[in-house]
Amino acid sequence: MMETNDFEHKSLLELRNMTRSYPGLLANDQVNLTLNKGEIHALLGENGAGKSTLVKMIYGVLKPDSGQILWQRKEKLIASPAVARELGIAMVFQHFSLFDSLTVYENIVLGLEAHQVGDNLDERIVEISQKYGLPLEPDRHVYSLSVGERQRIEIIRCLLQNPKLLIMDEPTSVLTPQEVEALFETLRRLCHEGMSILYISHKLDEIKALCEHATILRHGKVVASVQVQDETANSLAAKMIGEEFSAVSMTAAHPTGELRFVVDQLDYLATDELSVSLKQVCLEVRGGEILGIAGVAGNGQDELLGVLNGEIRTTPTSAIQINGKGCADLGPDQRRSLGLASIPSERLGHGAVPGLTLNENTLLTAHERIGLVRMGLINYQKSEEFGLQVIRDFDVRCHGIQAEAGSLSGGNLQKFIVGREINQQPSVLIVSQPTWGVDAGAAQAIRMALRKLADSGAAILVISQDLDELIQISDRLAAICSGVLSKAQTTAEVTMEQIGLMMSGVETVEDETKK
Amino acid sequence: MCLSVIGFALVQLRDFDMIDILIPAMITIITASTPLVYAALGEMITEKSGVLNLGVEGMMLMGAVTGFIAVTQTSSVTLGILVAMCAGAGMSLIFAVLVLGFQATQVATGLALTIFGIGLSALIGQGLVGVAYEGIPKLPIPLLSDIPFIGPVLFEHDILVYGSFVITVLVSWFLRKTRAGLILRAVGDSHDAAHAIGYPVIKIRYLAILFGGAMAGIAGGYLSLAYSPLWIENMSAGRGWIALALVVFATWRPGRVFFGAYLFGGITILQLHAQAMGAGVPSQVMSMLPYLATIFVLVLISRDQKKIKMNSPACIGQSFHPST
Repeated sequence: MMETNDFEHKSLLELRNMTRSYPGLLANDQVNLTLNKGEIHALLGENGAGKSTLVKMIYGVLKPDSGQILWQRKEKLIASPAVARELGIAMVFQHFSLFDSLTVYENIVLGLEAHQVGDNLDERIVEISQKYGLPLEPDRHVYSLSVGERQRIEIIRCLLQNPKLLIMDEPTSVLTPQEVEALFETLRRLCHEGMSILYISHKLDEIKALCEHATILRHGKVVASVQVQDETANSLAAKMIGEEFSAVSMTAAHPTGELRFVVDQLDYLATDELSVSLKQVCLEVRGGEILGIAGVAGNGQDELLGVLNGEIRTTPTSAIQINGKGCADLGPDQRRSLGLASIPSERLGHGAVPGLTLNENTLLTAHERIGLVRMGLINYQKSEEFGLQVIRDFDVRCHGIQAEAGSLSGGNLQKFIVGREINQQPSVLIVSQPTWGVDAGAAQAIRMALRKLADSGAAILVISQDLDELIQISDRLAAICSGVLSKAQTTAEVTMEQIGLMMSGVETVEDETKK
Repeated sequence: MCLSVIGFALVQLRDFDMIDILIPAMITIITASTPLVYAALGEMITEKSGVLNLGVEGMMLMGAVTGFIAVTQTSSVTLGILVAMCAGAGMSLIFAVLVLGFQATQVATGLALTIFGIGLSALIGQGLVGVAYEGIPKLPIPLLSDIPFIGPVLFEHDILVYGSFVITVLVSWFLRKTRAGLILRAVGDSHDAAHAIGYPVIKIRYLAILFGGAMAGIAGGYLSLAYSPLWIENMSAGRGWIALALVVFATWRPGRVFFGAYLFGGITILQLHAQAMGAGVPSQVMSMLPYLATIFVLVLISRDQKKIKMNSPACIGQSFHPST
């Protein structure tokens, strides 16, 4: 009882029995949460667990079906973001609420109430950006900024309102490790100055590094409310996923299948200054084997994927061979019929069309290998059966095969896309960033599915920036740097230091000089 | 090509008393351009909010017929202009309810509005064909109108011409300098982001559509009350479509919309004069000139991709579902 009183004394925000449903889905079910002054509180959960829904209700974007919000121990009705801002709640959105064609300054003005703008806003922006190490140029247009810079706009926009509570919805999913470190530094400082932060994430190491309390959501319900220091990453993951989480190595002992995928001295000349040229890329993947390609973003991964899956055609024909057949000048569909499947890193717009249903998205890539089209007519019954099988096999949470792809949470859509390709039983699979922005549970399921496909005799090429992932699943490892691919090494024998050298291109240069 | 025609016209003018020909020509250019300025600026504001209203032609015709009725019945010019404005706004309200309230497709709804406007205005105006009206009075500005040449060209017009200058400056100032203008641009750039921050997207779009309708109504009223003071079926003769094209080719910038309207109006009048003087070019070619020249010049001055990206409303034509 004493403990409760102590709790109440410090409480800034208290949620009681918050409930919100969407058609066909109970997103939040009787959620309770207490947030104290000056603490960084984690809201942890898998994709689709209801984290975003909950914070949108706190910020007044969504109306709860039922439940109470207590702000500084008084019940409040937060009907709109303006009310939330008035109370002292600020929010940095997962998908930024920025306007591309406007300047940084204009974007900041739009996030403030009219009376907060004042005459010296310019100076205040500079002052805050210096104080918290968030450099920004007010006159730049947003479309010309990097993702990290865009996030700084959002944060500064929030800080200008002197909020008591700052909500951050998965702020690090788009940042580089250095940017993440800088952000954490800023957040710790804000917290030290008395601000409360509600930090939403599914990345366990971040929560361990940053937060004091954690409220864990699963399927829209609170399953635990814990002190982070008492927990390990594994115990948090277990609570989040609901089963014991294991990160065992999954590499095969001795992959000795036949040669399925060969790339021989492949060149690609960049078409504009933003893309990267590929130089003399050579690689071989055998059946039953997973080859991982590491590398820092923007070193030619996108171009490599495009050239390998047929979105970019090259010559000579024999530069890429699937099961011994040259195909470098063939398009994606022709390569599919040779046994290739591919999964791009961008889910919405590349891997799936957001506005089409799952069924239609199935048709787009599976029509060839599964035979869903006869004489120009679509066999919808067959494609539905195939799509439903994917949903069952990969535990995709959605309301049916007719759900729009864009309505699925990131992890569930990724599971669907991966499943759609794997269930076509390809003999060669090329995957880029298979678990990018996907929660731990879904990521593990995807990796296990890839391993299973390899064990059934397929050759798999995984392009990823997640080194831990590559070490966990790939049999051999190579790295790409400025469009040059290093020689592949057996994962079990390679050291982290060697991988680092490969990723920075040093290894390759040494090889060339030896020749 | 257009320059050679203008040059030809000027050469011909030498044979006459310059001033006597030039002043009326300049005045007709201004009167021909004024309705385009109104209609295009109104549509520009609508489009800046992210809504494409293809019903400009229909709204103009309704403005023209109702304004004409009001003036001939009451002989109050003010009332006539007000009625024309309200008719345009009323038409645009139908569009707004369908598009914003019922999430109808903007393109199809706009086309339907034009067809509806053509038909309804013809029905209302049945008895008016042949009714005469002397046109709304000119309001010479004291002193300024006495300046030789410039005075009669710029300062002896009716209230609506002066109004078109004022509205151009106002719209430009509104978009660039005011918070409301910034919010309007933001809504057109990303309605989802605007909604997330907490701006009432639907309400702002209603207002923008209504403004566009009122401006189109005035443009129509100007046609039947000043430009050629009478009512004929379908008298806007495609000017609504020209206004729509001007907005796009001027890349949603008020100054360029104004310039484009005058370019079009100017060449229209000059080629008429050139035809009257017997330039040896087929009349069909001459009639093409205003369209060709306007598109050519505006495309030429607006070809900077960066500027286009900055000024064009990214959300144009998309329905907004405020559920998420």
